[in-house]
Amino acid sequence: MRFYEYESKALFAKHGLPLGTRQVVNSAAEARAAAEAIGGPTVIKGQVLSGGRMKAGAVKFADTPDEAAAEFEAVLPVIVNGESARSILIEEKSPIAHEYFVSVTWDGRRKLPVVLFSDMGGIDIEEVAETHPEHLSRTHFSTILPLSERVAKEAIGAVGVTGSDLNKLVPIVYKLIQLFLEYDLTLAEINPLAKLDDGRFIVLDGHLDMEAEARGDHKALLAELGIGDDETRQARPPTEFEIAGARVNAVDHRGVAGNVVEFDGNLGLIIGAGGGSLTLFDAVRKQGGKPANYCEIGGNPSMSKVKNLTKLILSKPGVDKIAVMMNVVSNTRVDIVARGVIKGCIEAGKDPAEVIAIFRIPGAWEDEGFKILAKHGVEYCDRSVSMYEAAGRACAKMGSN
Amino acid sequence: MPGMFIDVEVDAKVAADAELTKKLVEVCTVSIFAAKDDGTLDIVEDNLDECVLCDLCIQAAPKGTVRVKKLYE
Repeated sequence: MRFYEYESKALFAKHGLPLGTRQVVNSAAEARAAAEAIGGPTVIKGQVLSGGRMKAGAVKFADTPDEAAAEFEAVLPVIVNGESARSILIEEKSPIAHEYFVSVTWDGRRKLPVVLFSDMGGIDIEEVAETHPEHLSRTHFSTILPLSERVAKEAIGAVGVTGSDLNKLVPIVYKLIQLFLEYDLTLAEINPLAKLDDGRFIVLDGHLDMEAEARGDHKALLAELGIGDDETRQARPPTEFEIAGARVNAVDHRGVAGNVVEFDGNLGLIIGAGGGSLTLFDAVRKQGGKPANYCEIGGNPSMSKVKNLTKLILSKPGVDKIAVMMNVVSNTRVDIVARGVIKGCIEAGKDPAEVIAIFRIPGAWEDEGFKILAKHGVEYCDRSVSMYEAAGRACAKMGSN
Repeated sequence: MPGMFIDVEVDAKVAADAELTKKLVEVCTVSIFAAKDDGTLDIVEDNLDECVLCDLCIQAAPKGTVRVKKLYE
């Protein structure tokens, strides 16, 4: 779940990270008053969860309080990637001498957290990685061994920062790493982290993502920031389809058939099991398939839960077929999922043999499941067919590869 | 009316027995059995396809009086 910039900065401030004077405002009058209080040039920033604010025109600059009020009116209606601003942040405009980038996130390949640091901040870090790789350091650290400032020092020093700049940056980066670990974040990023003309360093923009499953462990913080239990805080508001998917999962406590994310393709996906969802989704895309959705099933969902998810996916305009694929399952029953998808197809008025492109769920009760699938003429396969190959077969039926 | 995948048959004598009905209602994890107002057995057709083939109902009643049929075999 993502935090708005003003919330990220509230957390930064709580932990002593250096920030400019700022205020969240909700009217032009408040914007004028905030700019007066700041007493100098200001930045007016729309508070949205998605990126691309500057390009969309949701960040403006003002030299006077009247200009700040006018820019408030200009920024407020700006839609960024389909998202309206929740509020506006007025912040002092700082005289910048140099911009840095620092991010703490997880490296899935190394299975370790990593600090990314660059002395070329303020721009897209992927671009820096591609065009100036020597200006981006990657420093992994352990979640088991005690954390020390050494990690931050290594990350910063690796791009050639030395002297007093290094000394001033180390505590900032170290605090960001501590925040990352303390609040179960999946991303803690400051970009830009600015060196001002007077030599001070401050956080100009920040981005925090918390692991959604960790929300329960951080209720006090979320309450302090005013984040309600019902706020999903994804990159964009949930679609009707996604809300319906969440409902399918919520009404039945048995197993999981949820985390539905809508895409605009024609192949519906019922996927899951131990990372299988991501693997299978990628396998479909890599082989030219166009997923209509992402989802996760597992934990032995009931027949009706699978049925309702199937019906929901088949009700989505543009969905021609569905692919039902999982990793090898031990705690989900193949026969129950088979019953659910077949019944879902039939209740949706579709022929399972036609609409199910592939059923690839090996594991517990697969013999029973395969009997059900065979009776209904559905193409299925066992674990001798890899997930990648199964996804390829589905794509082939869609004419995608 | 059977489900799409599963049917459950119960002998009339068992279905009329309030004590056995109570037992069947208790053991079924997916609520296929319910008790009518008079204590006799009702089979909830909507739940038949939820059957997990645990056989607890078969064990709860006298041998051969409850039969779970897989309609896909």
